[in-house]
Amino acid sequence: MTKLWDWGYTWEILPVLAKASIVTIEATFLGFLLAATFGLLLAILRMSKSNWVSVPTAGFVEFVRSTPLLIQIFFIFFVFPEFGVNLSAMTAGVLALGLHYGTYCSEVYRSGLANIPRGQWEASTALNLSPYHTFRDIIIPQAIPPVVPALGNYLVALFKETPLLSAIAVLELMQTAKILGSENFRYTEPITLVGVFFLVFSLITAAGIRQVEHWLNRRGGN
Amino acid sequence: MPLRQLTVCAIVAFTAGLVVASFATFRVFLPGLLEGALVTVEITIGGCVLAVVMAFVAAIAKMYGPWPIRWLAVAYIEVFRGTSALVQLFWLFFVLPHFGILLDPLTVAILTLGLNVGAYGAEVVRGAISSVQRGQWEASTALNMTRMTALRRIIIPQAIVRMIPPWGNLFIELLKATSLVSLITISDLAFKAQQMNATTFRTVEIFSIVLVFYLAIASVITVAMRTLEERAARGIARGRA
Repeated sequence: MTKLWDWGYTWEILPVLAKASIVTIEATFLGFLLAATFGLLLAILRMSKSNWVSVPTAGFVEFVRSTPLLIQIFFIFFVFPEFGVNLSAMTAGVLALGLHYGTYCSEVYRSGLANIPRGQWEASTALNLSPYHTFRDIIIPQAIPPVVPALGNYLVALFKETPLLSAIAVLELMQTAKILGSENFRYTEPITLVGVFFLVFSLITAAGIRQVEHWLNRRGGN
Repeated sequence: MPLRQLTVCAIVAFTAGLVVASFATFRVFLPGLLEGALVTVEITIGGCVLAVVMAFVAAIAKMYGPWPIRWLAVAYIEVFRGTSALVQLFWLFFVLPHFGILLDPLTVAILTLGLNVGAYGAEVVRGAISSVQRGQWEASTALNMTRMTALRRIIIPQAIVRMIPPWGNLFIELLKATSLVSLITISDLAFKAQQMNATTFRTVEIFSIVLVFYLAIASVITVAMRTLEERAARGIARGRA
């Protein structure tokens, strides 16, 4: 009974965990898509000349960055329904991940935007481009590529935070592993497998990001 | 700069106190939340101390250790950086007893958070140490210092000044990660929030106050680290004069 590692059990639970990992990956991609979009919006709002826009945005970013993601997930899942916004666990979780990492991404975008020489802005004004066209055609295409590796780091960080969704009973990897553990009274295999899964995927993604970084550097050099 | 933040901090705390005092119903759950906040602070402090120790040990082992120790340090850093903090927490909590190591939840919490943040910190320490100019090493050699003495007396004191700001970020990360320990039955702030929510159903107030509590603790860390940074920078400036 007290085997250290039960291979039969491992093979039995592997397909279940593999299925659950799809939910984890789904949450990661949806969350990151939201974070990347929302972050850009925050970064642009923060650049606004009006203090009435930029200061509250900065305050919001600081607030979200210095409070725990878990509490934010609870907040969206438990508090929003009080105001009539009922979200499914998965939606609430993805929204929380997106908001939380959106603020981190906004800082990354901000550094990218700050590196655009002033002349680019002035040239846009000289060409009579609207703010929308200035951002879309001139600023964004120059500001985003250099910060892609930094954004990629947050993709990995967000991926590693997805187990928190288990706290609001989203059936992702961690929640599935916990259920398997409690059904069979063996936690060693499911939780270790989840750990291995995260390690492997983080390392693969990190390698991918390095590749992108390398590619961007080479492209920039030409 | 710290002064401004301190003022903001004080105003936030004062307003929060005023709001809280004006609602008598808050008395139902506020003591519970404060108790939880105390546990959160305890775990944060414990975790921070362990993280700093682990970071220095791992960084120095990775940079200067003989190969078995170096590999061990690399494995530690990669495993703890590559997997999820929650998975690590559950692993120590559920799996270690299986191997006959029974730890109480608080120890598991401090151990996991310390080891996790320590792995990130190791890279910070490594970066700071390698950012010290080579001339400093050469000068230490010229003064006939051993590598260990040079590291201890010349290199690390300069590196520490540079690593203070990133450590501030890591400490806040650690504070935020303490909310995870509520999932292994420790009655920290996040746990108390859920508990109070289940008994009083004052969801909006409870979770809002909890967010403010975390923000307050984070601001204290920020202010403390900024002060430390200024002190350390002054020390260096004096040393050069």
